[in-house]
Amino acid sequence: MADGILAQQLDEQVLQFVYLVAGIMFIQGLRDMTHPRTATRGNLISSGGMFLAVVVTVLWFEILSPAVLAAGLLIGGAIGAYLAVAVETTEMPQLVGLFNGFGGGASAVVAGAELIDTFASGGDLGVGLTATAAIAALIGSVTFSGSFVAAGKLHGIVGESPVSTTTGHVIKATFLVAAVAAGVVLVAQPSLFGGIPTAEWMPVYWVIVAAALLLGVFLVVPIGGADMPVVISLLNSYSGLAAATTGFVLDNTVLIIAGTLVGAAGMILTIIMCESMNRSLANVFFGGLGGDDSGEEMEDLYEGNITETSPEEVVMLMETADRVVIVPGYGMAVAQAQHAVAELVELLEDNDVDVEFGIHPVAGRMPGHMNALLAEADVPYDKMRELEEVNPTFSQTDLVIVTGANDVVNPRAKEDDGSPISGMPVLNVEEARHVVVNKRSLSPGFAGIANPLFARDNTSMLFGDAKESMQALVNEYKEATS
Amino acid sequence: MSFVGNLTLFVLSAFVGYEIITKIPTNLHTPLMSGANAISGITLLGSVVVAGSGSTTLATALGFVAVVMATINVVGGYLVSHFMLSEFSQGGR
Repeated sequence: MADGILAQQLDEQVLQFVYLVAGIMFIQGLRDMTHPRTATRGNLISSGGMFLAVVVTVLWFEILSPAVLAAGLLIGGAIGAYLAVAVETTEMPQLVGLFNGFGGGASAVVAGAELIDTFASGGDLGVGLTATAAIAALIGSVTFSGSFVAAGKLHGIVGESPVSTTTGHVIKATFLVAAVAAGVVLVAQPSLFGGIPTAEWMPVYWVIVAAALLLGVFLVVPIGGADMPVVISLLNSYSGLAAATTGFVLDNTVLIIAGTLVGAAGMILTIIMCESMNRSLANVFFGGLGGDDSGEEMEDLYEGNITETSPEEVVMLMETADRVVIVPGYGMAVAQAQHAVAELVELLEDNDVDVEFGIHPVAGRMPGHMNALLAEADVPYDKMRELEEVNPTFSQTDLVIVTGANDVVNPRAKEDDGSPISGMPVLNVEEARHVVVNKRSLSPGFAGIANPLFARDNTSMLFGDAKESMQALVNEYKEATS
Repeated sequence: MSFVGNLTLFVLSAFVGYEIITKIPTNLHTPLMSGANAISGITLLGSVVVAGSGSTTLATALGFVAVVMATINVVGGYLVSHFMLSEFSQGGR
């Protein structure tokens, strides 16, 4: 770089070119994710792009404190690798949430550090870039605290139940207004007060960060556990947007490309999740959810209409069935029943029964949660059917086994009765000849309403923990068919 | 690059992202999320620059914190996605 202007220009070209290659690798990595066969390769290509971008950045920029940098990379790498290896599959949703929080936090801190440096050298980022830094602080900080609260909820540390209060909305609005106002002051102060911005204005930046951190907490705490797929997707999108805005501040092309790709990915998943529940994003974040079915109403519906069954009886149904569909829900994940379910599927297949899974988009606590768990239990991915694919097949299905799911199979969604799930696309399991619902009790699901499916003539209830019940089915079926 | 140049990049990337991600099947949404999550750790580049070349102690210290956080995001995110995806590729049993 010291070899004069020409050398510097060449270096800059090289840097930008490598960034372009890294950007292409991110895009190709995501393209490979469109099929399970190529997805592993895609992830490797994407990580290769990341490695390349980091290496060229380290080599190109003048590193004044290599020890600090190396220590940071080593410590962060060790923590990340440890968490990824040590954490159980069931805890995957909260781990993804946690990682996401770190990314968002880093963006907010970097934008702040860049401001400090610019102010210290008496420079001025200009209105556009100061505004972008303020946005990075806002989005990054909300992502940081929001992700941690979401991870806490998924881990059971923070209460799962939804709350919606006017006071809560006022608090959220106050913090948002405070953060935005601080941002406006930070951006407008050179013209308002004259002169070059100095380090004295820096505290204003930290006011944005503090207000946004609190906003993230108050935003996510009132949201119910079952809405976490939406929250996690949206925060994922935010961490990408935070990276992209940081890219504007640092004038870094690959940051903008990669951050925007992530922003798009998270936003699309968020929209898919919301549409699968027939709810708006605002409703998920501010509406709260919870039906008002009283205990009495449920009793009226269930009284005398519930048929309880046993593993032996379910196996008899399985023996005469030609086609079985299994509908898993969060209960399967909690009980870690995926291996027992997978074994049951394998046994049924060995006896020439056509078996498939019917998976609702919002089953579980993150997008595709059920699919990931079943894949872990070695269930082939072509057995996992989406709602639109599986719904027309229920009328030709002999037996549906619902395990750990409730609201996603509630026929009331099809009635316009003002219930919280009214209009939500559901799995039409009641069209099958027999339905067996495996659940611990008759207690309502997340939506807090009774499920008329349980009271139908062709439905029987197999009460018990998902893992124990599925294991019992496996054992009974083995005995019956051997 | 100019602000408008960066904005162009932003808008075009958003379209590319939309086109690709809508084609990803539900099956792979969890690994997609954790993979995308790892990519958002790209903010590490910014952290590296600030941590390595910060001209004030405070900026260097903040840069260090940012490098640690972003590296956790990148390394952890890619590893978790890799573990998950290797389960999927065995899916044929």
